[in-house]
Amino acid sequence: MIKNENWMLPDGVEEILPYEARKVETLRRRLLDLFQRWGYDLVIPPMMEFSSTLMAGLGQDLDKLTYKVVDQISGASMVIRSDMTPQTARMDAHSLKRLGLNRLCYSGHVLFTRAKSVLASRSPLQVGVELFGEAGLEADIEVISLLISSLHEAGLTEFSLDLGHVGIFRALAEVCQLTSDQEQELFSLLQAKAIADIADWVDANIQDPQHAQWLLELPKLSGSASVLDRASDLFAEAPIAVRRALDELAEVAEGLAERYPDVNFYLDLSELRGGHYHTGIVFAAFALGMGREIASGGRYDHIGETFGRARPATGFTADLIDLERLSNVDDVDSFGIFVPYSRDPELWRLVQQLRQDGERVVCATAQHQERHDYLSCSRQLVKVDGAYQIHTLT
Amino acid sequence: MSQLTIALTKGRILEETLPLLAAAGIEPLEDIAKSRKLTFATSSPEVRLLILRGSDVPTYVEFGAADVGISGKDTLLEHGSTSFYELLDLKIARCNLMTAGLVGVPTKPGRIRVATKYVNIAKRYYASQGRQVDLIKLYGAMELAPVLHLADEIVDIVDTGNTLRANGLEPRETIASVSSRLIVNKASMKLKHHQIEALIDAVEAAVGELL
Repeated sequence: MIKNENWMLPDGVEEILPYEARKVETLRRRLLDLFQRWGYDLVIPPMMEFSSTLMAGLGQDLDKLTYKVVDQISGASMVIRSDMTPQTARMDAHSLKRLGLNRLCYSGHVLFTRAKSVLASRSPLQVGVELFGEAGLEADIEVISLLISSLHEAGLTEFSLDLGHVGIFRALAEVCQLTSDQEQELFSLLQAKAIADIADWVDANIQDPQHAQWLLELPKLSGSASVLDRASDLFAEAPIAVRRALDELAEVAEGLAERYPDVNFYLDLSELRGGHYHTGIVFAAFALGMGREIASGGRYDHIGETFGRARPATGFTADLIDLERLSNVDDVDSFGIFVPYSRDPELWRLVQQLRQDGERVVCATAQHQERHDYLSCSRQLVKVDGAYQIHTLT
Repeated sequence: MSQLTIALTKGRILEETLPLLAAAGIEPLEDIAKSRKLTFATSSPEVRLLILRGSDVPTYVEFGAADVGISGKDTLLEHGSTSFYELLDLKIARCNLMTAGLVGVPTKPGRIRVATKYVNIAKRYYASQGRQVDLIKLYGAMELAPVLHLADEIVDIVDTGNTLRANGLEPRETIASVSSRLIVNKASMKLKHHQIEALIDAVEAAVGELL
């Protein structure tokens, strides 16, 4: 029995061991290369920020999920990042004030005080992209296309892409004149599609029968593209903002279906993605074998305002570890060449040459010459008649 | 068609759920009551049933180990998660979540002790009344707690109220009315929506007929 518990890790925090770490890293490189080929510039946001900076961008959404510490230098409150999106928004608004579009991508860890859902990590390794400066729907379509390409790059074939538009809920909340408390309550109920509870809530809070009908039907508007037809009948008399949001959603769904006829799109008009900072099209990807979303994103225009420049923006984030576990990234051949211990300078030159050629070469030490010390090797250097040869190990 | 796993809550909820599933064309191939198995094949080849303890149903559905679950609203409120969908009220196994205390003993002002298995619900409820309480988690026989002065009040589900009265307690405030709900894992809803929507439509029709 092991009595010492010094080796234990905190809940929701894990170490990734060699075989898997290599797969994760392979996938990370492939995705960052993919982003690069799509014109997205890599940035490295800092691990820490002043609370006033990051929280201004995040709003209340992530407040309780974010670690706070006191800066020993300034005495100001700092946070360990829980989201890299506001950090890139700051870059776009302040540090990298390009006139045109800013396409940025990143990868790195974020920390949460509590996991966002059961068994999720408290320190996920994220990759993501953000596109700043384009208000048009081409930006939404580009970012979602890049997400689909990323999932393909990771070798995922069976996934579903969820599309929604928070503008529908926002405009309905406005026309129904909901107080911010009421909006918050309804928001939570819609997230859970708690149909019976929504009926009770509408009964207690909404007098206008037309408004009531809209809110009661909203959570039922999900499924294939035909949902949009049902929605446009239902919202025929709704405010222009609702119908504009529906048109936008239809255009994005159409554009994507044309590009990706084999991808399963799922429209969900009451899906709000939990983010209060979203302003338009929102989306998420789901795959068999993972009970929660594997990637998500959406439009969040004007976050940059707190940093000096309000800009239209959209982007997505995915958890690399989740992706790697679902993916069939090739088992990268890590089997190397075992070199028995020797001080022969000719051997050293040969080893260096092999490494330059891309081979993995593992040299034995004087004390550890046994095969079990070098299990990751499938071949061995052997000296035959004064010349070194590579032999396959059995 | 992909495999669809439905997690059911054993006991009274199970008895009242089976007729609804039967109306949707899903019947276990053997008598659940006479078996010690935990999973059951059904007349619908792609559907299997899990028989679980109530408080485990939301967990199975949240993880995606089950696609669909049938769970009491009390259990869902206590679980307190929005990470699955709650799509249908089955209107079965109805009762109320209530506070209760000793007959004739008025509620004390200030901080009181409350015994319950629903600690999250109780904490939220008393806070919404502007009261902070000390919670004692119990797993059964809540009615005993006020009698033995372990707690001033209890929070529990109340059906007829007979158990309360038999132990000298009276129901006080209603926190929520409870019935069983059909819940769905979010990813399953997106990935198997044809199957799940068909199931929900059939069960919903049965709920309407049986009322």
